[in-house]
Amino acid sequence: MGIFFSFSMIIALVVIAFAGVQLANMQFIFGVVIPYAAIATFLIGVGFRVYKWGRSPVPFRIPTTCGQQKSLPWIKHSRFENPDSTFDVVVRMALEVFLFRTLFRNLKAETREGRVAYGSDKWLWLAGLALHVTFFVVLLRHLRFFMEPVPFFVNLTDSLDGFMQVGTPHLLITGVVLLLAAVYLFFRRISIPQVRYISLPADYFPLFLIMSIAISGILMRYFTKVDLVRIKALTMGLVTIGPVETDGIGAIFFVHIFLISILLAYFPFSKLMHMGGVFLSPTRNMANNSRIKRHINPWNYPVKVHTYEEYEEEFRDKMKSVGLPLEKE
Amino acid sequence: MAKTTQPAKPEELSKIDYTPPATDWLETPVEFKPGTYCHGSRIKYLEEVGFPNPREWAPSDEDWKLPANWKDIILEGMKERLGKYRSFQLFMDICVRCGACADKCHFYIGSGDPKNMPVLRAELMRSVYRKYFTTGGKLFGKQAGARELTEAVLKEWWYYFYQCTECRRCSVFCPYGIDQAEITMMGRELLNLVGGQTDWIGGPVANCYKKGNHLGLEPHAITSNIDYLLDDIEEISGIRPEPSFNRKGAEILFVAPSGDLFGDPGTYTAMGYLMLFHEIGLDYTWSTYASEGGNFGFFTSMEMAKRLNYKIYAEAKRLGVKWIIGGECGHMWRVLNQYMDTWNGPADFMVEPVSPITGTKFENAKGTKMVHITEFTADLIKNGKLKLDPSRNDHLNVTFHDSCNTARGMGIFEEPRYIIKNVCNNFHEMPEDTIREKTFCCGSGSGLNAGENMELRMRGGFPKASAVKSVQKKYGVNMLANICAIDRAVLPPLMQYWVPGVSVCGTHELLANALVMTGEKKRTQDLRLEDLPGIEEEGEGEEEENV
Repeated sequence: MGIFFSFSMIIALVVIAFAGVQLANMQFIFGVVIPYAAIATFLIGVGFRVYKWGRSPVPFRIPTTCGQQKSLPWIKHSRFENPDSTFDVVVRMALEVFLFRTLFRNLKAETREGRVAYGSDKWLWLAGLALHVTFFVVLLRHLRFFMEPVPFFVNLTDSLDGFMQVGTPHLLITGVVLLLAAVYLFFRRISIPQVRYISLPADYFPLFLIMSIAISGILMRYFTKVDLVRIKALTMGLVTIGPVETDGIGAIFFVHIFLISILLAYFPFSKLMHMGGVFLSPTRNMANNSRIKRHINPWNYPVKVHTYEEYEEEFRDKMKSVGLPLEKE
Repeated sequence: MAKTTQPAKPEELSKIDYTPPATDWLETPVEFKPGTYCHGSRIKYLEEVGFPNPREWAPSDEDWKLPANWKDIILEGMKERLGKYRSFQLFMDICVRCGACADKCHFYIGSGDPKNMPVLRAELMRSVYRKYFTTGGKLFGKQAGARELTEAVLKEWWYYFYQCTECRRCSVFCPYGIDQAEITMMGRELLNLVGGQTDWIGGPVANCYKKGNHLGLEPHAITSNIDYLLDDIEEISGIRPEPSFNRKGAEILFVAPSGDLFGDPGTYTAMGYLMLFHEIGLDYTWSTYASEGGNFGFFTSMEMAKRLNYKIYAEAKRLGVKWIIGGECGHMWRVLNQYMDTWNGPADFMVEPVSPITGTKFENAKGTKMVHITEFTADLIKNGKLKLDPSRNDHLNVTFHDSCNTARGMGIFEEPRYIIKNVCNNFHEMPEDTIREKTFCCGSGSGLNAGENMELRMRGGFPKASAVKSVQKKYGVNMLANICAIDRAVLPPLMQYWVPGVSVCGTHELLANALVMTGEKKRTQDLRLEDLPGIEEEGEGEEEENV
């Protein structure tokens, strides 16, 4: 569901940007106004969402334990799968955020001849990690457009990224991997019947958006060359909130920056918020130490209970008949 | 009581079609298939604890006799809970529908129904959340995956939130730790606001509230049930333990799941507790008031769960015990580990648990003052305080089933295994993807262990049964050990259905079989009063010599 809808949306967005620049000369709108609005939406939106999550309390200590608890000293404690201290929780979270620990565990279950069989299934882990890591590196590389002088680590990333030294300009491998990972995730989504069945437009749209951003970027770098000096002048103008010149820049650039603006503005309203959410997930970011230290529920309230006195009142004769001790004879 | 409906033959049931329906899930109405759902709660159960909307009803009824403003109640209830539980708010927002959880759910593997994929079971609620609580859902409706809350939707919630055993296996595999159990718990709380309770949960809750335990055993019934167990122990070992009840001044309060006092094979586990405590001379008491470790309230609402759980600390305080030992039970221990102290603590009227036999401090329980019996027993064995003859379990070929709650809501894996390996010579693990944190549910947890939903239970237990079958074939396993009273109640029919020839037992039954008690007579029977094979032959040989 929603593939066509999402795809049409992307095409429409590309056409809007292209037509807006080519036909209506709205370079300033697409190159300046919309990016500023998008960044503002992103910051305020993400801030508001995280604030909303943070405002909602965590009444109970509910980590999902994935290894041996800390108990008797001679039993080996699985520290990072079942953390009992803040340090261990930090390690568990780091493994999750940087290495996608949980997806690495993924299995595939198949039922054959009345039996269930399990196999390792790491493709989702690999593609997911590839998408996120390359996205990060691409972002890092783009800092060259927003900083003057360009910091050494950005140049270093660039040269590492282009280590294959193919073509001119050098092929940057991360951009290509990013696109491939997104394409793989799309095909995974439509080829596994169960995943296709659960997919919403909100699942296809971000994938198409990332693909279109990567494609427009790759086109600009290798095929329809754009004037980098003018672009850098524009992007520096954006970050310094200084004067901005939009003349002499190819339309493809405006398509690229418009799609990125859409991604930023869409981010806080979408599942992409998982980026922030993963840090707050109570089943992952809590220590399993509630038998050691009392966890406080801020809204804990008194409840109606059935007291021992009421119980004895109701069953006194029966208790007496079997010689149970009583508070009141 | 509930009538048991028999499911189709295993050969039929194991033919599972995983092809999703042609219609989109939002367009596929729920179908109540007989054998897959429980009866609605009878009036008196709801009245006894003050749950809303008690009335005569059946889930298959067209008219559920909901309160006129049911929709407002549900939406208001959602709003309140979104603000009270970060887990709920977050899990409504961050799912990316990657599908990693899909084939991790035992109900999906056993039924092929896509709404049993954890992600889709959650979407049943997320779709409503989007409609009423998000801008995108309000603006774009169906394109944003949002839908109106209608009576049909409420029925769908009911059907599928009572097809989830809150086992948390999906949460182990979700990259964000989204836990369907949390969503199911919220769903059931909301359904309870308008009277959507099942009879099989409502009954135990009312019983536990009034009488102290799920089974509704009154004080004299508890002591007499234990008396029967003492008779059996005496017959087997020649020793009659003398347990005490409601005794003030005992060092330790012992709380077991009440299922262990009622039907076998749970009763054999209870015999195990009694024999062990007698042998080590433990100064402990049972309570008829706090006579339930389990907590069916946990399957209705947090508030009800807290009301039932209250009795444990209250009784410990009244009796003046120093600390508490808890018996073998699954969800009981999730509650004791993750909820009890928060609800009804602090337990500052007791002291940090120290084993009176070994002197070991149970530092991991210094807050709640409540120790799991397998922690306690493993420590006894490690310190050489028990004389054990594992050959008495030689007729058993044992495997161990990790219960969902103790596995994923606590992480107690090694303690029971250590005990079993010390009391049995034949132990074999099931395949690694079906044990420990990846263990599969028995299919009947979270209050689904009724009689009228037997097909659902057999389907849900299918992956676990399949794992048992593999070790039965490979190693000749004939005994499925566990540390959960619900397991002991529901795994026997599951085994009978899928893996005939495998029996079910608690860990302390195996322990007591092997336990050499001071002054005991020569054992010729196990705790089930069945002849011990090796011993019997030996006995016959001796007799022949004498002749």
